[in-house]
Amino acid sequence: MIKYLIEKEFKQLLRNTFLPKLIFIFPCMTMILLPWAANLEIRNIYLNVVDNDRSVISQRLVQKIAASTYFRMTGVPDSYDEALIAVEEGTADIILEIPHDFERSYLRGESPHVLIAANAVNGTKGGLGSSYLAAIINSYTEELRADTPTAAALSGMQARIGIDTQNLFNPHLNYKLYMVPALMVMLLTLLCGFLPALNIVSEKEIGTIEQINVTPVSKFTFILAKLLPYWIIGFLVLSICFLLAWLFYGIVPAGHLGVIYAFALLFVFTMSGMGLVISNYSATMQQSMFVMWFCLLILMLMSGLFTPIASMPGWAQSITYFNPLRYFVQVMRMVYLKGSGFADLLPQLWALLGFVLFFNIWAVRSYKKNS
Amino acid sequence: MKQFIAFVRKEFYHIFRDRRTMMMLLAMPVVQIILFGFAITTELKNINVAVLDPSNDVATQKIVERLGANEYFNVQCIVHSPQELEQALRRGEVDMAVVFSERFADNLYTGDARVQLVSDATDPNMATMQANYASSVIASVQQELLPPGVSVPMIVPDVKLLYNPQMKSAYNFVPGVMGLILMLICAMMTSISIVREKETGTMEILLVSPVRPLLIILAKAVPYFVLSFVNLITILLLSVYLLHVPVAGSLFWLIIVSLLFIFVSLALGLLISSVTRTQVAAMLASGLMLMMPTMVLSGMIFPVESMPVVLQVISDVLPARWYIQAVRKLMIEGVDISLVLKEVGILALMAVVLVTVSLKKFKNRLE
Repeated sequence: MIKYLIEKEFKQLLRNTFLPKLIFIFPCMTMILLPWAANLEIRNIYLNVVDNDRSVISQRLVQKIAASTYFRMTGVPDSYDEALIAVEEGTADIILEIPHDFERSYLRGESPHVLIAANAVNGTKGGLGSSYLAAIINSYTEELRADTPTAAALSGMQARIGIDTQNLFNPHLNYKLYMVPALMVMLLTLLCGFLPALNIVSEKEIGTIEQINVTPVSKFTFILAKLLPYWIIGFLVLSICFLLAWLFYGIVPAGHLGVIYAFALLFVFTMSGMGLVISNYSATMQQSMFVMWFCLLILMLMSGLFTPIASMPGWAQSITYFNPLRYFVQVMRMVYLKGSGFADLLPQLWALLGFVLFFNIWAVRSYKKNS
Repeated sequence: MKQFIAFVRKEFYHIFRDRRTMMMLLAMPVVQIILFGFAITTELKNINVAVLDPSNDVATQKIVERLGANEYFNVQCIVHSPQELEQALRRGEVDMAVVFSERFADNLYTGDARVQLVSDATDPNMATMQANYASSVIASVQQELLPPGVSVPMIVPDVKLLYNPQMKSAYNFVPGVMGLILMLICAMMTSISIVREKETGTMEILLVSPVRPLLIILAKAVPYFVLSFVNLITILLLSVYLLHVPVAGSLFWLIIVSLLFIFVSLALGLLISSVTRTQVAAMLASGLMLMMPTMVLSGMIFPVESMPVVLQVISDVLPARWYIQAVRKLMIEGVDISLVLKEVGILALMAVVLVTVSLKKFKNRLE
C-alpha cells in the first residue's frame, strides 16, 4: 500500500513545473551566493583622521593605520565637527582625532589620549572597528617603545609581557567556514519542514484529502508516505551542499560525514514532524504559510545561526534550549570545524531525539481523518 | 466609487474572518521587535575562559584576577595540561584559553614572559574581539606592574560610540525589522490573496462584475495598506517606549518615507500576482525572492559594504535596502531630510517603474 502512495507523491512532485527546479536551484543559490553576503567580516571601514598635531609621531601612526587592510582613509578633515558631518553623510564610519601637543606630551613621558569616535548604529561594525583601531594604536605604542627606549626600560624596571594570539579550529579567521555549515541547516529546515506541510494543506484546500480519508489507508501510513519523498530530497540536497561547499570554498568537515548524516536524520525527522503539526492545525495555504514564516523567522534568529547565542540575555538563552535548530547548528559547526565525534555531541543527540519523539507523536495524534 | 468601497469591505471581511492570520499579522511586529531588540545582538559578553598557568605566581595571579573582574570575562576553569585545554575548547565549554609561560614573574623584566591567548575561532569576529579585549586587560596590568614613581608613556585610545553609546543592537535592527515586515505584509500577502482568487476560480466571477478590473485589484491592496500602516505605528510605538530607541529626526518625514516604501511593496505584490498562477508559486516567489534577499542582502544584519561587488549590485535593486538606509538616517542618526534625498529619489523611481510594469502586465481576463 505504502509503495503506491509514495509513487503517487513522487509523480505529483515531478509533474509540478516549479518544485523540482526549486529543489535544485535553491541549494545552489544558498551555497553559492549567501556565504558571500552572510558575512560579518568587517572590512573597508571608512576612516577620517583629524590630525591636530601634524608631528612625526602622529603622521607615522596615520600611515600605519592607512596601511592596514581593515581601514580605508576617506578624508583628512581639519576639525572634528567636519568629520562628524562626513559620518552623517555616510562617507566615514569612524573618526580618529589626534590632539594638539600629542608628540610633545609623549616625549615628555606623559600618556597622551587620542579619540576614537565610531558610528555605532551598526554595533558590530562600530565595536569591531574601534577595537581594531585600538589594537593598531597599542601595537604602535610597542613600536615606539622599541624605537626610543624609555628610561624605565633601560634600567630594566619595565615589565614586558609578550602576547601571542592563536586561533584554533579556524586559523585564517574565515567567516565562510563559520557560515557555510550553518546555512545547510537553514536549507534542510525549509525543504524538509515546510514543503511537506504545504503539500498536505494543499490537498486539504483542494479537497483531495477527503478521498484519501475514505480509503482504508491508516493515518500513519498516509503521513509516512507524504514525508518519505521529502526525506530523500533532504538527503540529496545535503549531499549536494557538501559537494558545493567543497567545490566553491574548499570546505570539508574536519570530522566524519557519517556523524553529520546521523544527526541530519534526526533533525529532518524533527522538522517534518513540526511541519506536520502546523499543517494539521491549518485549513488554508495562506494560513499555514504565514504560520510557517513566523515560526521560521523565530527559529532561525534564535538558533545562533546569524548571531551568537552567548550574546543573548539570559531569558532568550533559555528559550533557545527549545529550538531544535540550535542543536543542529551546533552539531554542523562542531563537526565541520572542530572535528567532533559522537562522544562530544551527546547533549545535542539527546535533545534532538527528544524533539523527534515530541513532534512526531503530536503530529500523529493531531491528524484526524474526520473533521 | 460605491462599488469600490463595497469591494474594499469584502476584502476586509476576508482578512477579519481568518482570525489566526490576522492575529499573526498583528503579533508579528511585536514578537520581532522584542526578539531583535533584546535577543539578537552581536555584542560580546560572558566569554568563558580557561587558564593554564604553570608558573602560578604574583604576576599571573594578578592577570587572572583582572580578567575575572572584567565584565566580559568569566574565568571558568583552571586546567593543568594542554590536552585538557584542547578538550575544553573542542567541547565548547570555554571560548578562550589563557596560557602563561613558565617562571612568568621571574622573566617579567627580561622580555621572556609570554602569554598565549588561544581562541576558539569558530566565530572569527568573536575570536578577534575577545583576543583584543584580553590584550588590553593584560596591557593595563603591565602598566600596573611598574614600580611606583616610574612611568612609561603610552598612547591611550578613548573610544566614543556615536548615536548608540550603549551598543544596543536595537538601533541597528529596528529599521531592518520595519523594512522586513512592511515588505512581507504588502508584497507577500497582497500577491497571495490575489492569486488565491485565481486559483479557487472566484477571480472569474469578480471579473465579470461591472467594476473595472483595475479597481478590483486596487481594492485588494487597500486593506493591506491599512494593515501595514497599523503595523508601522505599532513598531514605532514599541521601539520608542519598549526599546527606548528614539525617533531622533523628523517623524513626519519618517512616515512619508514609510508610506512611499509601502507603496513600492504593494506594487511589487501586484507584479508577483500577475506573473504567478498558484498560491505556492506566489508564496515561494515572494518568500524566496523578496524575503530572503531582504533579510540577507539589504544590510539589515550583514553590512552591504563588506559584500562582493556583484552582491552589492543586487542589493542596490532591493527597495528594502534604500528604505532601511533612509530609516537609519532619519530615525537613529536624526539627520535632515536633505541628506536622505538620494534614498527617497530611488524609492520614488522604483515605485513609478513597478506600477507601470505591473499595470502593463495586468490582464483583464484569465487565459
